[in-house]
Amino acid sequence: MEAALFYILATMLVAFAILTVMASNPVRSAVYLISALLSMAGLFFLLGAEFVGAVQILVYVGGIMVLFLFVIMLVSVREMEVQRKVNRQWKTALVLGIVLSFELVFLVVRGADIFRTDTVGQEWILEAQTLNTETVGGLLYSTYLLPFEIASVLLLVAMVAAVVLTQKQL
Amino acid sequence: MVDVTHYLILSTIVFSIGVVGVLTRRNVIIILMSIELMLNSVNLNLVAFSDRLQDLSGQVFAVFVIVVAAAEAAVGLGIVISLFRNKETVNVDEIDLLRG
Repeated sequence: MEAALFYILATMLVAFAILTVMASNPVRSAVYLISALLSMAGLFFLLGAEFVGAVQILVYVGGIMVLFLFVIMLVSVREMEVQRKVNRQWKTALVLGIVLSFELVFLVVRGADIFRTDTVGQEWILEAQTLNTETVGGLLYSTYLLPFEIASVLLLVAMVAAVVLTQKQL
Repeated sequence: MVDVTHYLILSTIVFSIGVVGVLTRRNVIIILMSIELMLNSVNLNLVAFSDRLQDLSGQVFAVFVIVVAAAEAAVGLGIVISLFRNKETVNVDEIDLLRG
């Protein structure tokens, strides 16, 4: 059951990722990317990471992709469609991408023995009775408190940057 | 039970698709979307190892990666809008102001 679900979601993810890269209309590309991100959220749920899956749907699909669609709407779509969609180096880039893919898969397959060790983290063991969201929240506010605060400062800086960059006189 | 290697191979494939998208497309917005795809494939790695090692730190770092992706998207799209105002284009090979 789990394996079947994994292969269905993986096929959907790869198909939608390829469509995202290949679509000539940016709006279609954005919709395909939304589908790919939803498949990825399904994989997160399959792995038992409910919090990350929910954040993926809320932040990525609900926030970032809506932002992308707004920007696509602001810059003219019709002009983008008629032009060539790939640049001059696309053949080299495609070959390099396929080589990179094979190289990484080769490394993972050859190094698969490293992952088979049954080491279990001592401190934060996933327990069936505690909820995933509760445990992640506890970790965010205890062990990872400083990175959490730095992330909030980063978001503030990004917000100010976005406001300043889109001003009229710039 | 799906082996963690399957997740890693899926993640590398999605990452490579993102790399091809960044290298081949001309539209800045689609390049930014490919970068989001690459960041998300890294998240899949983190969550798969979190499940494998039964350690929640991987999921916490996946949340941080999502935060950084949100900040990157906001700034990147701000740059795209200001670029479109000034140069009337979103194609990367027409943006050569630094070439002199």
